[in-house]
Order: sequence, then C-alpha cells, then structure tokens
Amino acid sequence: MIGLSLVPTASWYLILAAVLFGIGTFGVLVRRNPLVMFMCIELMLNAVNLSFVTLARQLNDINGQTIVFFVMVVAAAEVVVGLGIIVAIMRNRSSVTADDLAELKG
Amino acid sequence: MEFFVFVCAALMILVGAVGVIIRSHPVHAALSLVLTLFGVAVLFVAQDAHFLAAVQVIVYAGAIVVLFLFVIMLLGVDRVENLRTEPLTSQRPLAIIVSLGLIGVLVAAFVRGSDALHERGEGINIPDLTTGTDANTTQLAESIFSRYVVAFEVTSVLLVIAVVGTVLLARRTKTVVAENLK
Repeated sequence: MIGLSLVPTASWYLILAAVLFGIGTFGVLVRRNPLVMFMCIELMLNAVNLSFVTLARQLNDINGQTIVFFVMVVAAAEVVVGLGIIVAIMRNRSSVTADDLAELKG
Repeated sequence: MEFFVFVCAALMILVGAVGVIIRSHPVHAALSLVLTLFGVAVLFVAQDAHFLAAVQVIVYAGAIVVLFLFVIMLLGVDRVENLRTEPLTSQRPLAIIVSLGLIGVLVAAFVRGSDALHERGEGINIPDLTTGTDANTTQLAESIFSRYVVAFEVTSVLLVIAVVGTVLLARRTKTVVAENLK
C-alpha cells in the first residue's frame, strides 16, 4: 500500500506547481519592491512551465515542451522590458516601493 | 529513487519560493530565486525534458537572475524593504486568503480532472544514453522548426523589439545629461 504511493505521479508535480503558483501570487500581492514583485512573477511562470512539462509527459505529447520554450523566450523579453522601465522610473527617485508611484491617482 | 529526487527538488523549490517572498533584502530574494529555478530544472530532468532543463539553467538561473542582480546593484543594494509594517490594513490576511483559495481551486481541478489525462499525442522520445543520441532535443527541434516555425520567427521579432525598447527606455537623453552636469 505505502510502497505503491511512493512513485511520484503527475498529480504530485501538478500540486507542487499549484503551490508554487500560490506562493508567487502571495508575493505579488504583498511585496512592495517592484524588483521582488518581478521575481514573484517569475515564480508563477515557472509553476506554469512545470505543469506544462508534467502534462507533456502525461499526455505523451511534445507540444507541451514546445510551448515551454516559447514561454521562456517571452519571459526573457518581459524581464528585459520590465527592468528597463524600473530603471527609468527609479533613476530620479529615492524611494523604491510600488506605493509611491501614484501620480495617476485621482 | 524518483521519489527521493522529487522530494529533494520540491524542498528546493518551496524553500526558495518562500525565501523570495519573506526576505527583505532584494539580493537575498534573487539568490533564493536561483534555488527555486534549479529545483524546477531538476524536475525537468526527472521528466525527460533535458533540453528545457539546460535552457532553464542557462537562461533563467544564468541570464535573468544576473539581470536582476545587475539592476539591484544599479539602483543601490542598501534599499531594504521594511516588512514589519503593513501599509494597507488587512492586506496580508486577504492575500493569504486569495492565495490559499487559488491553490485550492487548482488542486481541486487537478484532482477532479485527473481522469481526463490520457495519452493523445504522437509520443515523446526518451533520450537513450547508451546510443549517445539526444532524442528529446531532436524531437523538440523538429516540432519547433516545422510545425511552429512561424511562431519561432515571431519570437525573434519580439526579442528585437524588446532590446530596442529597453535601450530607448533606459538611456539618458542629452538634455537630462546636460541638466545633471549644471
């Protein structure tokens, strides 16, 4: 009984990915440093990649791994543009928290 | 053996992820992120996605985290966020509720939908170490360069746009430089 359950099935990987996604969501909601919020978005992207690879193996379909490749490319582009925006904003400011960026507040 | 690998990698991932969200120093958060990314790479290897594991280590743990650290150094490493205070009242309890609810919904979907997970593709080639050919990389390359070649070309356009846009965003204009010199 116990021995059978000790082989990790696809559900284990998917639940781990769900927990990782939840931790990333919590970080984005709570942290106020824009850089750390970006890192939490990376956590969420990795959770999705992990579930894609798991489902690719489970469904025996290579397209799941192909889309992970494209997600990585888009994530790299997203990080580059996001960090460029952060550098452009923070160069003339002393504060770092996202709460201070309230010029558009009504 | 696979159980042992899974438990170790899962511990790496969860410890790293928790480290990202509870460390107040951004450099420590970035180094915790490296731990998580390596754990995900280990799970990629455990699921026979060898090429993606290599790309994960090179692109994520290499390039992206170095980019994060570079920006942290550029903006000043001494800017530590104060995590003791809570600027919005009841923000954290609400965030915990939202995150746990999200995890619950996802896990319920996985458990209920696990019956639908049956094989439907043409199959994944498992790399064979004895013959020396990497079947996973070959099969992935055939998929990218035949069926998804248009999407692959579009990603190159995306990367060029990202580079040009970042250069335009982050460079100093001549008037700003002149004002700073006064």
